[in-house]
Amino acid sequence: MLRYIAKRLLHMIPMLILISIVSFAIIQLPPGSYLHTKMAELRASGDQISMDQIEALRIHYSLDQPAHIQYINWIKGIITEGNFGFSFEWNRPVKHLIWERLALSLVVSVSSLLLSWVVAFPIAIYSALKKHTFADYFLTFVGFLGLSTPNFMLALILMYVSSVYFGFSVGGLFSPAYLMAPWSLAKVIDLLKHLWVPMVVIGTSGTAGLIRVLRNNLLDELGKPYVVAARSKGIGIARLTFKYPVRIALIPFISTVGWQLPQMISGEAVTATVLSLPTAAPLLLGALRSQDMYLAGSFLLLLSSLTMIGTLISDILLVLVDPRIRYE
Amino acid sequence: MKVGVLMDKMDQDHILEVQDLTVKFLMDEGTVHAVNGVSFVVPAGKSVGIVGESGCGKTVSSYSITQLLPKSARLTGRILFRERDGQVTNITNLTPDGKEMRRIRGKEIAMIFQEPMSSLSPVHTICNQLSEAMLQFQGMTKRQARTRAVELLQLVGIPYAERRVDEYPFQLSGGMRQRVMIAMALSRNPRVLIADEPTTALDVTLQAQVLRLIQDMQNEFNLSLVLITHDLGVVAHMVDHVCIMYMGQIVESGPVKEIYDDPKHPYTKGLMNSIPKLRGRRGERVVPISGSVPSAYAVQTGCPFCERCPERSKRCTQGIPQRVKIGSEHYVCCHLYQSGKEEQDVINA
Amino acid sequence: MDPNLVPQPELIDEPEVLQDAEARVFYATQWRLMWWKFRKHKVAMVAFAVIVVMYLGAIFAPLLAPYRADERHRGFVYVPPQKVRFRDEHGFSLRPFVYPLEQEIDMQTMQRKFIEDPTTRIPIHFFVRGSSYKLFGLFETNIHLFGADGGKVFLFGTDDLGRDMFSRILYGAQISMSIGLVGVFLSLLLGLFFGGISGYYGGAIDNVIQRIIEVLRSFPTIPLWMALSAALPPDLSPIGVYMGITIILSLIGWTALGRQVRGKVLAIKNEDFVIAARLSGTSEPRIIVSHLIPSFMSHIIASLTLAIPQMILAETSLSFLGIGLRPPVVSWGVMLQKAQNVNTLMMAPWLLIPGLFVVIYVLAFNFLGDGLRDAADPYGN
Repeated sequence: MLRYIAKRLLHMIPMLILISIVSFAIIQLPPGSYLHTKMAELRASGDQISMDQIEALRIHYSLDQPAHIQYINWIKGIITEGNFGFSFEWNRPVKHLIWERLALSLVVSVSSLLLSWVVAFPIAIYSALKKHTFADYFLTFVGFLGLSTPNFMLALILMYVSSVYFGFSVGGLFSPAYLMAPWSLAKVIDLLKHLWVPMVVIGTSGTAGLIRVLRNNLLDELGKPYVVAARSKGIGIARLTFKYPVRIALIPFISTVGWQLPQMISGEAVTATVLSLPTAAPLLLGALRSQDMYLAGSFLLLLSSLTMIGTLISDILLVLVDPRIRYE
Repeated sequence: MKVGVLMDKMDQDHILEVQDLTVKFLMDEGTVHAVNGVSFVVPAGKSVGIVGESGCGKTVSSYSITQLLPKSARLTGRILFRERDGQVTNITNLTPDGKEMRRIRGKEIAMIFQEPMSSLSPVHTICNQLSEAMLQFQGMTKRQARTRAVELLQLVGIPYAERRVDEYPFQLSGGMRQRVMIAMALSRNPRVLIADEPTTALDVTLQAQVLRLIQDMQNEFNLSLVLITHDLGVVAHMVDHVCIMYMGQIVESGPVKEIYDDPKHPYTKGLMNSIPKLRGRRGERVVPISGSVPSAYAVQTGCPFCERCPERSKRCTQGIPQRVKIGSEHYVCCHLYQSGKEEQDVINA
Repeated sequence: MDPNLVPQPELIDEPEVLQDAEARVFYATQWRLMWWKFRKHKVAMVAFAVIVVMYLGAIFAPLLAPYRADERHRGFVYVPPQKVRFRDEHGFSLRPFVYPLEQEIDMQTMQRKFIEDPTTRIPIHFFVRGSSYKLFGLFETNIHLFGADGGKVFLFGTDDLGRDMFSRILYGAQISMSIGLVGVFLSLLLGLFFGGISGYYGGAIDNVIQRIIEVLRSFPTIPLWMALSAALPPDLSPIGVYMGITIILSLIGWTALGRQVRGKVLAIKNEDFVIAARLSGTSEPRIIVSHLIPSFMSHIIASLTLAIPQMILAETSLSFLGIGLRPPVVSWGVMLQKAQNVNTLMMAPWLLIPGLFVVIYVLAFNFLGDGLRDAADPYGN
């Protein structure tokens, strides 16, 4: 078990290196850079002091060096001192900007993931056990509808409905009073009050996918000989269904965490913009627009690392639930 | 037929009687007539073999006895079972997964399946699966059940049972898994054992061992055995009685020796000829039965075997032959033996 | 389950006793079988019809739309969808009509409002002359399917610039519904190429391609798309942006397909018919193209059908965020950008109508793909 995890962790290292290279390459793609644009502006206005500052930044971050040197410097900073570079637009080190936003992104994504599991699980089992009934078709249709509705549409509809019919506006993760306040119990409670809207919006599309996966798995398993064998032992249907086919259908279900998490983070990125959530995506979008390279690159790198961690967790869970992998 | 008059009565010596069983499957493509009026009996402590080729309805018949058929199956006829106190239960009256049926499956009639590979859950330990019925029906504690599970594994000849009991099915070989399945059947202290092609999925070398084991267990636990197989050779030294099935009907039945020495039905004769004989004469050939089984969707108007029958005549296509008694316990369904006295003895056999 | 339990007619058929119906099954080609199976899927058939109708609508957009996409109607900003009527207190009329609109200021909210004037009818005529256009870029004409005589008709209302939503949705369909097809086609080429060589040659090539796929897949798609489309030069022409976005979508979209192709190739490459081809001296690329690809094409088509909705959802999301297609290109996502603000939405909820079309289109493709996938699986029930 431990050896397996160690092996998986080792496997992650080359992947992480590749991801960091791709992240860095992508933010280098657009012509020009934030500092170039800024310098041009300042030159036009003749502000010598700011220009000197920027020149200093340029030399400090070796932006006049070739790309691979810049990359190595960036990575060196991250590994040795957790320094993700400097956000030129915000005029602050990246590490002061990203962590809280990433944490909130993670909170929103993971809670959406949990919600989609809690909803999908009973529906899928019900749907599989009652296959080809009206309820099954209805649930399948609703699932497809969820799958076909873009997240932002759902967010917009939810916003519209709640302000027209319930007279309050949804959006954000905090009430204005807590927006800038330091973390406290009251702020956490306030967060939970706001969290359900993005959870519902982001969770819906994932739920539909999960229902389909689990329902199909379970239908496969229900037809397997071991179910008949268990029935022949005199075990009650409900009991054996949960002990055998449901348990076994869960195995591929668990491996969906691997792709669920990136999907949730993606969904969160769009939803965050509509609902103006203070998470990673809006800041990333701004950074990409203004070519604030270190900020954008760090977000890309860290969001993808989250995905890798998600895959790792799903692999470990898989080992726990499937003895066939454990004894390989 | 007079079957309807005999309400739930059966011979004192019999533990199981199947009377005029028909099973239909309602499918999208049409109705499949899998079993058409099958009757046979199992005397207590004896063994009965049901022989036929794939798709003849022998597995469906055996699944009917414990009501394990899928929901699309429609069943008529009667399946009578003698309880320990002498009472007779008509199994077809029980709800398939109701309490009574589960009691019978859990304590009285146990089954062994064709595929030991997939009949065990891959993610539960052998101990877990083996002790399940004991925990539920015999009120054992987990520790007692475990001890008993180890005993049973030793009994069916699994080495290092103490260690094996905590392993998973995929860690065992096919033969070992079938032994586990047998142990699982025995864990319920059943009175009837239904073995549905227990050796089909196994290597030839293992087949004999597993059959021997089933036979030993039958003697040891005084079981009544129903052995389903497509292999006449297997049946020969395992059972007392044989029923030959074709297209959902029993075409011939009788004591094993009589069937072997003097087969009456052309299909049985064909089956006999298609067995390779170890001590056959030089140059003697295995003769296959020509043609193959017709579609199960078709509704029969004549003898189901007539298209492939080497001895067919005109009347064969004009009516389904009735069962005729030709020996003390030997019955056959064939127009060759119908001399206008069909009604003679169609009730019990 | 046990094959004995439910007798399977296909398995026990024998050519000489085949019934007519059975003989048809026996000799039918793979595509025939697929079509028969697909036909049984009522929902998928309906979905297919919906898709065909939608594409016809997009192709004939200039004819069906009463106005041009960029035509602004002065004094008709944020007009709500108009009701087409056949009867009012003056009685029934076979010719549909709408009421003219009058602008009013609501004294309480100080917002402009349109109210219908039920005293006059504006009849709707068919095949009327309006602004001219070239159908299929070939035939110059000015016939429109319908139009209001002496007034305006806005079936789905108008937007902030007084443009007819109905016409814009039709024109937007041309862009939105083609980007999915083009994107999926590019993904198909990439997926077949990389998946094919990965599965066929194996070894180091396979390893490298698999790692690339793994890396691409571990990026959450929307942030990655965001980053890539931010890299498109801002002075790119609308067509350039369209192509750029399509390429970006397919750059990531091919990975799923590539994996699938690889799996299929791995499974098939050791089948007898492939080995036979190799023994008879057929060249490797020829084996891939003429033996391997046809044998799993039906599966690929089903997956493609399911990939198209992903593309349009992506385009819509990107355009909605303002980093995809940009005006003056009209796509459903670009139109939805106007609905980003809740206050606007409260005033003009009909701005969400393009979203409804996105949902219908995606839903139809999902159902169609589901039906095709079932039909393509020879071992399904």
